[in-house]
Amino acid sequence: MTFQRKHILGLEELSAEEITLILDTAESMKEVSERDVKKVPALRGVTVCNLFYEPSTRTRSSFEIAEKRLSADVLNFTSSHSSVTKGETLLDTARNLEAMGASVIVIRHPLSGAPWLLANELDSSIINAGDGSHEHPSQALLDLFTIREIKGKIKGLKVVIAGDILHSRVARSNIWGLSKLGAEVRVVGPPTLIPKYLKQTKAKTFYNLDKAIEGADVVMMLRIQMERQDSEYFPSLREYSRFFGLKRDKLKKAKKNVTVMHPGPINRGIELSSDIADDAGSVILDQVSNGIAVRMAMFYLVASARRNQ
Amino acid sequence: MAKNVLMDSETINRAIVRITSEILEKNKGAKEIAVIGVRTRGVHIAQRIVDRINKVEKIKPPMGTVDITLYRDDLRSKTEWPKVEKTEIDFSVEDKEVILVDDVIYTGRTTRAALETIMDFGRPSSIQLVVLVDRGHRELPIQPDYVGIKIDTLISEKVRVHLKETDTTDEVVVLKS
Repeated sequence: MTFQRKHILGLEELSAEEITLILDTAESMKEVSERDVKKVPALRGVTVCNLFYEPSTRTRSSFEIAEKRLSADVLNFTSSHSSVTKGETLLDTARNLEAMGASVIVIRHPLSGAPWLLANELDSSIINAGDGSHEHPSQALLDLFTIREIKGKIKGLKVVIAGDILHSRVARSNIWGLSKLGAEVRVVGPPTLIPKYLKQTKAKTFYNLDKAIEGADVVMMLRIQMERQDSEYFPSLREYSRFFGLKRDKLKKAKKNVTVMHPGPINRGIELSSDIADDAGSVILDQVSNGIAVRMAMFYLVASARRNQ
Repeated sequence: MAKNVLMDSETINRAIVRITSEILEKNKGAKEIAVIGVRTRGVHIAQRIVDRINKVEKIKPPMGTVDITLYRDDLRSKTEWPKVEKTEIDFSVEDKEVILVDDVIYTGRTTRAALETIMDFGRPSSIQLVVLVDRGHRELPIQPDYVGIKIDTLISEKVRVHLKETDTTDEVVVLKS
């Protein structure tokens, strides 16, 4: 199949075939990252702008490396050092960047839906690098890629997503992606952090980590997002850690070869006990390096779809 | 569409035997040789050359594959971008006599992309080019060192190499529209 989408905004709208094509393309892109000269000329002449309205080191660096490995020209924009501080709107900023030649815009924004706004108004391709609590497609795709790489498949796996589901765009994108590729998704967390939208998905909801983790192939722990906690969702971090933190005794209930994942950065001792965090460290770092390959695949396919339209 | 069979299984096999002898003669054996096939059918021809070298010299030279998709010079003008496959060169090409193998040479642009790919892996002593069919119409100053068959074609004609590994039969055909 050929990729027909000019934008990659979220996994909710991608089909299983499109997701699989991105993952397959990422496999070839990973090989490029393993060479001595980690650069190919595929996107020579294409200008990509990273438009980041939220602080991010990991995601922005990963996108930037992916762009440079494909030989794109890269323009970085952070809202704190721009005319946004003088009152310029998102749309005006993006239009200016497009006028400067950016044909692909990677946007991270604290408000859900911001990438859709740009996709509707601009000619550029838009890639969502995280919008509010809504979606984070590139992170979910790299999680899917890492799971497929370690387990050899996704279909039929029991995947637990644990923690602050309500505020997690990573969880939301992963629930769509994993379900579409045939995994059994189990979502677990305090009732206050389990969103209502789960009823529209195939995910099974749990409120007890021990029960959710029984027989699991993959456990994906989410970060407690202190910056999005505008009211008290649980009595204390200590209590949260006691009931929903992943410790060795809880993990015993999963399958023997269980894979523990975390999108990072980890709050050590809260979501994961430090010994598990260190054990899982290699996978977490795999997730980081796979992020570059997945983002290269996203750029390649979006650029190809732009040509088609 | 009229079909003209240029090579059958026997002539393809004979060409590979001859080309392998020429490679071994020019490089004084197979010690420094590495063989790299261009996806897809160049890889199968490369494998046959490796097997032949092994049979004659009792040496199995390292073999790799290149996918030229990310190095194409026509991506910006193409509407449908090709699927990216893996390049697999899991040995050092430094100081090797690299034998680059493709099924057909036409404009030379695929070869240019393959050369660029290999150079990103290191600096071989030399890169020598094997093609089963040279159909002419070069757009770049690239010439093969070893050729199975050289033919004059019209640009409107299509040259198709079918190999048992992917196509159930061994033959080279020219299709006239």
